[in-house]
Amino acid sequence: MTHQFPALSSGQKQELQEIALRIVTPGKGILAADESVGSMAKRLNQIGVENTEENRRQYRQILFRADDRINSCIGGVIFFHETLYQHADDGTPFVKMIKDRGITVGIKVDKGVVPLAGTNGESTTQGLDGLSERCVQYKKDGANFAKWRCVFKISETTPSKLSIEENANVLARYSSICQQHGIVPIVEPEILSDGDHDLRRCQYVTEKVLAALYKAMSDHHVYLEGTLLKPNMATPGHSCPTKYSAEEVAMATVTALRRTVPPAVTGVTFLSGGQSEEEASVHLNAINNCSLVKPWALTFSYGRALQVSALKTWRGHKENESAATEQFIKRAEVNGLACQGKYTGGGDSESDQIYVANHAY
Amino acid sequence: MMPHQYPALTTEQKKELQEIAERITAPGKGILAADESTGSMGKRLNPIGVENTEENRRLYRQLLFTADERMDACIGGVIFFHETLYQNADDGTNFSQLIKDRGIVVGIKVDKGVVPLAGTDGETTTQGLDGLAERCAQYKKDGADFAKWRSVLKISDNTPSELAIMENANVLARYASICQQNGIVPIVEPEILPDGDHDLKRCQYITEKVLSAVYKALSDHHVYLEGTLLKPNMVTPGHSCPQKYTNEEIAMATVTALRRTVPPAVTGVTFLSGGQSEEEASINLNAINTCPLGKPWALTFSYGRALQASALNAWRGERDNEKAAAEEFLKRAEVNGLAAQGKYESTGDSGAAGQSLYVANHAY
Repeated sequence: MTHQFPALSSGQKQELQEIALRIVTPGKGILAADESVGSMAKRLNQIGVENTEENRRQYRQILFRADDRINSCIGGVIFFHETLYQHADDGTPFVKMIKDRGITVGIKVDKGVVPLAGTNGESTTQGLDGLSERCVQYKKDGANFAKWRCVFKISETTPSKLSIEENANVLARYSSICQQHGIVPIVEPEILSDGDHDLRRCQYVTEKVLAALYKAMSDHHVYLEGTLLKPNMATPGHSCPTKYSAEEVAMATVTALRRTVPPAVTGVTFLSGGQSEEEASVHLNAINNCSLVKPWALTFSYGRALQVSALKTWRGHKENESAATEQFIKRAEVNGLACQGKYTGGGDSESDQIYVANHAY
Repeated sequence: MMPHQYPALTTEQKKELQEIAERITAPGKGILAADESTGSMGKRLNPIGVENTEENRRLYRQLLFTADERMDACIGGVIFFHETLYQNADDGTNFSQLIKDRGIVVGIKVDKGVVPLAGTDGETTTQGLDGLAERCAQYKKDGADFAKWRSVLKISDNTPSELAIMENANVLARYASICQQNGIVPIVEPEILPDGDHDLKRCQYITEKVLSAVYKALSDHHVYLEGTLLKPNMVTPGHSCPQKYTNEEIAMATVTALRRTVPPAVTGVTFLSGGQSEEEASINLNAINTCPLGKPWALTFSYGRALQASALNAWRGERDNEKAAAEEFLKRAEVNGLAAQGKYESTGDSGAAGQSLYVANHAY
């Protein structure tokens, strides 16, 4: 196509870019509180709490009631559909609580993974049907960004070419639709950490996946300045026998991003995957201290890595609510420092001592 | 895809390639594109009344290559044409050796020109892949550490077509892959011609599509981006576009297009000058370097005509004019060395485009 048929007006682009910038303001990241009902079951079962709508409401309330300390480290909150329409005990809509403290409201809009026939257990993600109309409604109801998650797995035979192309395409379609409605799309091409592959393999696969993603985004005329990327960090597989320092993880991650993510992308908000709270913070910190040039914001979009301690402290008891909120605030502040490379905590000695010189991977 | 990596390069090979690329685009330095083919040299020599002989071509390149030490601070690399790589100065010193000894990196044009793409509206691809590996090995022995390959795209109502974009991106990636196997840094040149009456926005749009395809192809072909350079057109209106734009608008459109497509791992962007005048090419390069958007790659020049036009005019084939001609070349080299750092303050005529209309940082 040699002629441009502009997808967005200047005004629309400006709005999208400003939303994205606001979410990843220096020192800020995202609270991913968008666990589906099924995912919440997993979280609540582990602490012996029944997975009812009321319990889910009370739990999110614990997070959203955090005091002003989170205003400087949380730029956005991702909601699940149900939560977007829930209220605090005093009747204040959750959306209003979040918006009123200057935090941007986001909404998970995908409808889960579905199998790709003819592949080795690979998937794509559904949710495009009626997405346009849903975006219009979500925007009215206070959401300014959205999230869509695709999943890849590393094995002898995966990810396949089909899986990479199909997921890249669906992420680009979703992005295109969101932007038409003033909603900043967060694009999440998660490569699972399951497996025994090493760091280099994960880096390689991440580079291939992200290269395909940004080609698809270009083909679909997505305005990159009005998007955010939510990738995995480059890490070894869970059962990989080799151990790596935080600096090695950081170098591999930043190198992969430098090779694939155009500078126009406003921010990279990492998922935490299976990492512990501390691991996720230490890695994010190392990423921000990596000596390579990093033209995008590099911050967090953490679910478990912001909430694990809060959940364990709460255990469903009202009298634990304050203490649980404190746990969340603590992780939020730590990650607010980590996304500026200023986190000096993290007693994990091995990660600090093995500095890897700036060399080509 | 293949979930397994079969590394194309060792760590040492990558390190060498990255260091070469960094040396060429060191702050304040750019490239002298002196790789005009024999046919192109005819077009340069005829207007100044000089016969296009091998000796005249040798004499002309000699006056550039023997310019004084002021050249060393602003020229990081010189691109040679094959013939020139094996020519000598009057004192018998091989040109390649002469340039290398001054600490300037030697490059070689390796493509074999454009050929038609059947079934398209006058579009082309570029040939030169046959035996390229062997040629690269030989050029490396003969002193070259980087190469250049030019693909050409044209803007019209129907072009560039998907085929032209895809085919040229692919051939550029194949060339890049082969070069790197032989320790040669590939400069990738996907030139979009300024011919036409299209406006700035159209050129920007097409530049974005072309570069996006180029970097997808480079990824598919496992090219090590840190060991490459990009030689793109600036984003400009077509030659016959009635609308005029400021240097800041050109800079903003250019930098925006690059930010949307060129991964930060690419070590440097060395712009071609196309049909721009010497001064225009310098002022635009300067505006690009003062553009307020984040620019994670070196942004410098790889100029042919824009470094040599005045030198050619001053020389006119006379040995007595050699010093004066070299002065003209050095003048442009130094100006561009400043422009590549955003430090060039033009005093003279910058043309109708003027500098007073600053365009605020806004989304395109």
